[in-house]
Amino acid sequence: MFNISTQALFAQLLVGLINGSFYALLSLGLAVIFGMLNIINFAHGALYMMGAFCAYFLLNVLGINYWMALILAPLLIGVLGAVLERTMLQRLAGLDHLYGLLLTFGLALIIQGLFQNYFGSSGLPYAIPQQLTGGQNLGFMFLPNYRAWVVIFSLTVCLATWYAIEKTKLGAYLRAATENPTLVRAFGINVPRMITLTYGFGVGLAALAGVLSAPINQVRPLMGADLIIVVFAVVVIGGMGSIMGSIVTGFALGILEGLTKYFYPEASNTVVFVIMAIVLTVKPNGLFGRA
Amino acid sequence: MLLDVKNLQAWYGESHILHGVDFSVREGEVVTLLGRNGAGKTTTLKSIMGMIGKRTGSVQFDGHETIGLSSDRIAHLGLAICPEERGIFASLNVLENLMLPPQVRPGGLPVEQIFGLFPNLKERISSQGTKLSGGEQQMLAIGRILRTGARLLMLDEPTEGLAPVIIQQIGHTIARLKQQGFTILLVEQNFRFASTVADRFYVMEHGRIIDAFANVDLTANMNKLHDYLGV
Repeated sequence: MFNISTQALFAQLLVGLINGSFYALLSLGLAVIFGMLNIINFAHGALYMMGAFCAYFLLNVLGINYWMALILAPLLIGVLGAVLERTMLQRLAGLDHLYGLLLTFGLALIIQGLFQNYFGSSGLPYAIPQQLTGGQNLGFMFLPNYRAWVVIFSLTVCLATWYAIEKTKLGAYLRAATENPTLVRAFGINVPRMITLTYGFGVGLAALAGVLSAPINQVRPLMGADLIIVVFAVVVIGGMGSIMGSIVTGFALGILEGLTKYFYPEASNTVVFVIMAIVLTVKPNGLFGRA
Repeated sequence: MLLDVKNLQAWYGESHILHGVDFSVREGEVVTLLGRNGAGKTTTLKSIMGMIGKRTGSVQFDGHETIGLSSDRIAHLGLAICPEERGIFASLNVLENLMLPPQVRPGGLPVEQIFGLFPNLKERISSQGTKLSGGEQQMLAIGRILRTGARLLMLDEPTEGLAPVIIQQIGHTIARLKQQGFTILLVEQNFRFASTVADRFYVMEHGRIIDAFANVDLTANMNKLHDYLGV
């Protein structure tokens, strides 16, 4: 029974890897933001959606192609994020997590509501860039070029982000300010500006995931709302604030979901949450979290 | 005067900690703030550095009024702090900890010279910062502010909890830094240590300066000092 459907198995694995790419990019942004701002950014899904819409408008209104959108959309949404941080989130510094969570949750509802109002709930199409149409026949499966690109590009961005945070001078500032912002500021570093840029970068990653997702999943106002719940489960499993943890867990859970879809499809939507429950029972700080 | 503090008041939330602190430090001096626990010594250093939310009065550094500046701006004028809890970052290794504070002015010590002062650090360069011994962490906390070009170093109880041989090494270091032209404002509970390095002393109590004398007048003031410090 298994040999006739290796094609299907690999197809589901690929779907899993694609989802894992989005999980990883989104949970990475959440981890970076949580580390620096101590805020659980519930607006992340809405900003991911805005990234996809941004690419859609760039193409259909201004005629700007996918490759430029891949740079411009994260930049624009990143700037929007920086403005949100400066005007709203900054006022919540030092308060309980709950306030940041409520504010960002409210923002997410407003943003999604606005987009739903103007664009309905159905998807707007976004074409695969022509350089990446078609695919490769690998013998055991057919690999669409665009999907291969998404996996490789996401992995590259994730690892580059990890490197920047763990191995560079700028990353050292970031790690130090996560631990003791007052002292880092007393050394002469403008920590508030760094926090604003960090939030902008984190939501920029979400927007980047949105652009990558547009040709696969279409552009929909609720695309982020559907995804973000799973992403939060990924963050909890990986350990809040852990950089490598969010990358590894993101890809691993995507693959696991894909495998479940093949072996026991009924459980594919719940497997991540079952794992979350188990991890929380055994390791409350997550697989990679510090106590 | 390199540092001139007048009527400095500071608050932690609702509690009023400093009630008008007045003192000054000349260029090239080593000055020590003495006083019992809770007298406001640490708060004084943090207020000068701008690390306390609410403060009033006047703190002039090299002619610049700093009372309204944020701590990152104050650091760029040439002040640096080595906090009591040392503030070594656990997620950074020794080299990253050492290289963390940006250069704020020209004239800081080259890294090789810092390793000359504290050879232990060089051997443990890739260890996690908080895996060092207490003495090594203190050397790291002092070493990293020598690179930055800061002219006034504020050291908060650098000898606390350290073995006598390490206290001696820190004493030698302070003497050498003074020779090199650094100005040092020290907070100490260890009066015997302070008496070996400081030019002048201020005594604090209840958030105010209550007395001051020079090192040469130390023996004459010994009884008074025992009363102040309760030793």
